[in-house]
Amino acid sequence: MLEIPELRYLIFLGCVVPYRISSYEISARKVLDKLGVELVEMPEFNCCGFPLDPVNHDAMLTLAARNLCLAEEQNLNIMTLCNGCFSVLNHVNKDLKEDKEIREKVNGYLKEIGMEFKGTITVKHLVHVLAEDVGLEKIKEAVQKPLNPLRVAQHIGCHIPRPAKYTGSDDPENPAILKDLIKATGAECLDYMDETECCGNPIIGVNSQIPLQLARDKLNHVKAVGAQALITVCPFCHMMFDLHQSRIERAFNEKFGIPVLHYTQLLGLAMSFSPHELGFKELRVDATKLLNQLGS
Amino acid sequence: MSGEKETQKKELGERSVIKASEMDPSFKYKISKIPGAEKIMLCFQCGTCTADCPIARFSDSYRPRKLLRMTQLGLKDRVLSSDVIWLCAACFTCVDHCPQDVGIASIIRAIRNLAVKEENMPIVYRDLASTILKSGYAYKISELRLRKRKEQGLPLLPKANIESVAKLFNITGVSKTIEKERA
Repeated sequence: MLEIPELRYLIFLGCVVPYRISSYEISARKVLDKLGVELVEMPEFNCCGFPLDPVNHDAMLTLAARNLCLAEEQNLNIMTLCNGCFSVLNHVNKDLKEDKEIREKVNGYLKEIGMEFKGTITVKHLVHVLAEDVGLEKIKEAVQKPLNPLRVAQHIGCHIPRPAKYTGSDDPENPAILKDLIKATGAECLDYMDETECCGNPIIGVNSQIPLQLARDKLNHVKAVGAQALITVCPFCHMMFDLHQSRIERAFNEKFGIPVLHYTQLLGLAMSFSPHELGFKELRVDATKLLNQLGS
Repeated sequence: MSGEKETQKKELGERSVIKASEMDPSFKYKISKIPGAEKIMLCFQCGTCTADCPIARFSDSYRPRKLLRMTQLGLKDRVLSSDVIWLCAACFTCVDHCPQDVGIASIIRAIRNLAVKEENMPIVYRDLASTILKSGYAYKISELRLRKRKEQGLPLLPKANIESVAKLFNITGVSKTIEKERA
């Protein structure tokens, strides 16, 4: 078997990023390129499988496994931008590697399309690539304009810390990975109540009231500590806080006006990219005030 | 909140008397044979899952503890016809906090998969599944979006191999589910 080269990944875009959240992809590609990370495009892929798990577990397993097989053919590890894609692909990859019974069942399905899961790659999320493979030191070196006066809050989402058995998170109750990445830009990362709580978005198609209440609570907690922006690493969470923020404001007759930035946009600013290069105009909540303060 | 209320038509029937004839003692065994749901019997009703559940905080009806107890009791019809089972957001807080390592989220997934067979499935899932079948992606990505990628300096989005996706949908039974829901 060929040795898998360092800092070279197959980028798994998933569906939400190309559907609506291009600012995440634009900014991620910019900063990763400058940090010396090589992204290889997938020749083709399908939905990770996440939305099908509630309907048919086997269908989720095979859709995920098909993507894993495509990566095995390229002999490259996968890097995802989306927490949901990471969760499913990582979980299925580990289960198929470790559980012979599941592997045989899934390979039975895959045989129909001429594929076989072998178990030769690993799945990472962007934050793992940045914090563990590139490393905080290298990121700090790449920072040209430290974001010193800026005070932000993080929303890491559910599927990077949980379930710990699969994610290998150091501390799922208080995960440090995104906080450390934020601090590397020079910005201050503020603690707030219920930081690791869900954004609610996965059930918005079934019930919209509960997710809006959850997101409202979170925005209130973020506002209470005086954060100037909320930093996300998942397109689905981003959608909840950025795209739906005005809807939440209308529903509860409250005003937040909290810009929601992808971590790669925050890092990009610190690396001297312009807001235009980082897709800032795609954001729904206006970030002009914050950018003016930084002189970007 | 503007007009909208949490409407759960089919709750877990808490106000009606449970008759012994309603209980299907084999239900828990059936569930426990589904991969990921093996530990259903280990739930001793401490309620940690429900106390820590972000959805339960804002829902009057979603209580994972109760769902697990009803499953153990064999209240199969009430569980499988309930709308409440569709409220889990898969945040996995209960999975990490459960002192018995029951794996609640995957038990709820197993219950949902069985409910789908009983034709209890929110329309959003049929839409998602149909879009995946048609395009390989869970959302319909518009031509405008695809063209815009070029302007944004992003690489072309590859076309998914929908023949392969369709084959996998057929052999795992999703195609049948979508057709049945349509009918």
